[in-house]
Amino acid sequence: MTTSFFFHPALILIIGALILPFIRGPFRKPFLMLVPVLTFVNVVYLGFSPGIYGEISFLDWPLVFGRIDSLSNIFAFIMALMAIIGTMYGLHVKDGWQHMAAWFYVAGSLGAIYSGDYLSLFLFWEMMAFASTFLVWFNKADADAPAAGFRYLLVHTFGGLLLLMGFVLRYQATGSIAFELLDYNNARIYTWLIMSGLMLNAAVVPLHSWLPDAYSKASITGSVFMCAFTTKTAIYALARACAGFDILIVLGVVMAIYGIIYAMIENDIRRLLGWEIVSQVGYMVAGVGIGTALAINGTAAHAFAHILYKGLLFMGAGAIIHMTGKNKFTELGGLYKKMPATMFFIIIGGISVSAFPLFSGFVSKSIIIAASYQEHLLWAGFLLTMVSAGTFLVAGLRLPYLLFFGETRCDQATFNKAADPPWNMQFAMVTAALLCFIIGTFTPFLYSMLPYQDIPFYHPYGGYHLSETLQILALTGLGFMLLKHKIKARPTISLDLDWFYRRGGMVFLWIAKNPIQWFDTAWGKAYRVVGLYSLMTTARFWSWFDWHGIDGLLDGSARGVRSFGKRVALVFQRGQIQQTICYAVSFVALLLIAFIWL
Amino acid sequence: MIQFIEYLKSRQQGVSYFFYFIIFIVIIGSLMVDTSHAHTWAEKHIPGFWSIFGIVSCFILIFFARWFAKAGISKEESYYDN
Repeated sequence: MTTSFFFHPALILIIGALILPFIRGPFRKPFLMLVPVLTFVNVVYLGFSPGIYGEISFLDWPLVFGRIDSLSNIFAFIMALMAIIGTMYGLHVKDGWQHMAAWFYVAGSLGAIYSGDYLSLFLFWEMMAFASTFLVWFNKADADAPAAGFRYLLVHTFGGLLLLMGFVLRYQATGSIAFELLDYNNARIYTWLIMSGLMLNAAVVPLHSWLPDAYSKASITGSVFMCAFTTKTAIYALARACAGFDILIVLGVVMAIYGIIYAMIENDIRRLLGWEIVSQVGYMVAGVGIGTALAINGTAAHAFAHILYKGLLFMGAGAIIHMTGKNKFTELGGLYKKMPATMFFIIIGGISVSAFPLFSGFVSKSIIIAASYQEHLLWAGFLLTMVSAGTFLVAGLRLPYLLFFGETRCDQATFNKAADPPWNMQFAMVTAALLCFIIGTFTPFLYSMLPYQDIPFYHPYGGYHLSETLQILALTGLGFMLLKHKIKARPTISLDLDWFYRRGGMVFLWIAKNPIQWFDTAWGKAYRVVGLYSLMTTARFWSWFDWHGIDGLLDGSARGVRSFGKRVALVFQRGQIQQTICYAVSFVALLLIAFIWL
Repeated sequence: MIQFIEYLKSRQQGVSYFFYFIIFIVIIGSLMVDTSHAHTWAEKHIPGFWSIFGIVSCFILIFFARWFAKAGISKEESYYDN
């Protein structure tokens, strides 16, 4: 079946976001739900008719906006589904800007997934980076959020530049901007640049520090969106461009271990979850590196499952922060009496990520491990299995234990305030939890969507695999019982590679403040004494001549322009860089849409 | 659910015995399962290989994380404030 009708799903979200500010009163909530649901329906509809759509030639380059095949299909499906769950979760948020930013962000992700060339990929890639930065900036509750947002934006601008340099160099060398598998055996500098650009968004160590930093500072609904889209879109892009790159196996395993170690010593809920994303995405990166049909299937399946259970965990963490206002384990604990529903959902998320039988992680993570054994990469298989013990330790045991059981470290006011969150948040969590369970029990639901259907279905519920998983889980539980005091909550932060740019930034500021400032002052003084006086005198004369002589003739038009400009500046340039960038980006987006689709 | 948790909390001894019992069952189960499809020699010939692997990984990760934190990675929360 082919369709002649192609309407880009990202466009629904963008149009929805643009008209959202005009929808008020009783129509607002239905509208908020309608837009992502329509997007989802569109994605599902497109999934039935694979092919190449939306080909536009821009200057000399052929742009492809709609490459629909089995790989883009599964990723677009889960992204659109998560957009519904995330919007549902944030339904109570009054601030329309947050919804707009989130939708632009999802639109960027869908656009990147469907794009068939590097130029449009880059366009949507940057759209994701900008839109998600606003999700950090809109967090009014944390005084450090603006700084974290700027760090996030700078790091992603750097990643975008790597990607840009990579595909421009590749265009120069090969004359093609098609977004397809790169040649690993004849790798050139552009291959590595493109890979690094994609790797930065996938938070591959050592390009990962932005993730826990930004995700722990984003607004509550913002972090629910962010945990799903950036890294998994990057995994899609890596699976498209870098499948079978051996180096990614090593990097993926390093990521998986690195993330879990940091998660074990972390004190902030959302940072812990962020570290665990690094760890879980490590599995997917390793899967991309293995690159066989089974491994790519595992990567796609794990990304799918991961988005749901990680979304669920972030929603649970968000519910706690929303209701108590605290985000550190040292200020929480013993909350099972006050937030039983939230506890239930966090435990479901925790046992899904820990690969409990009947839950989603069990049927997805093991495909990647099986693929590594199949390729005789025993070290990768064993290390990834070890990390899955660590995952259970962190998400299945440490997280619920520190939040809900154990002794209470809350002050009285926090404890009194704590309660289960509003209905919409709970509803979103129910949906995600149910999906985790359905994926884990009814495997054809996920497996029939996987990119390679010509290899036999993977069978997770074999006796040996069940026994292996249960042994690891049970003995990890025992280990936790014996050693839980070792990984209890401590009021510390953990240094990471962002130390280099956070401290490096301070060195730069010092240089700017001291030697450079001194030189500037001295130069300014000399200039004032020598040059300025004569210059000002001449300028004053010409200014008088221009104002009264020339402009008088032109009917005062300059004066008119100036007063208009002043009024525009009063409205648009309030001196808040976030707002100014927002206007500029929206304007550029509008122009691009107008150019491309009209 | 709250009552159920409190019921369990008041009988911690019993809960941990129940947990040990589960571990016991799981290990017994592992001795009976068919290992002919296992990937490596160790899995086929060491009884309860994955149990040993699980507890050892757990210890390695926890002790390494503690050592790593103490080696200077953990800092006071005001570290980045000037």
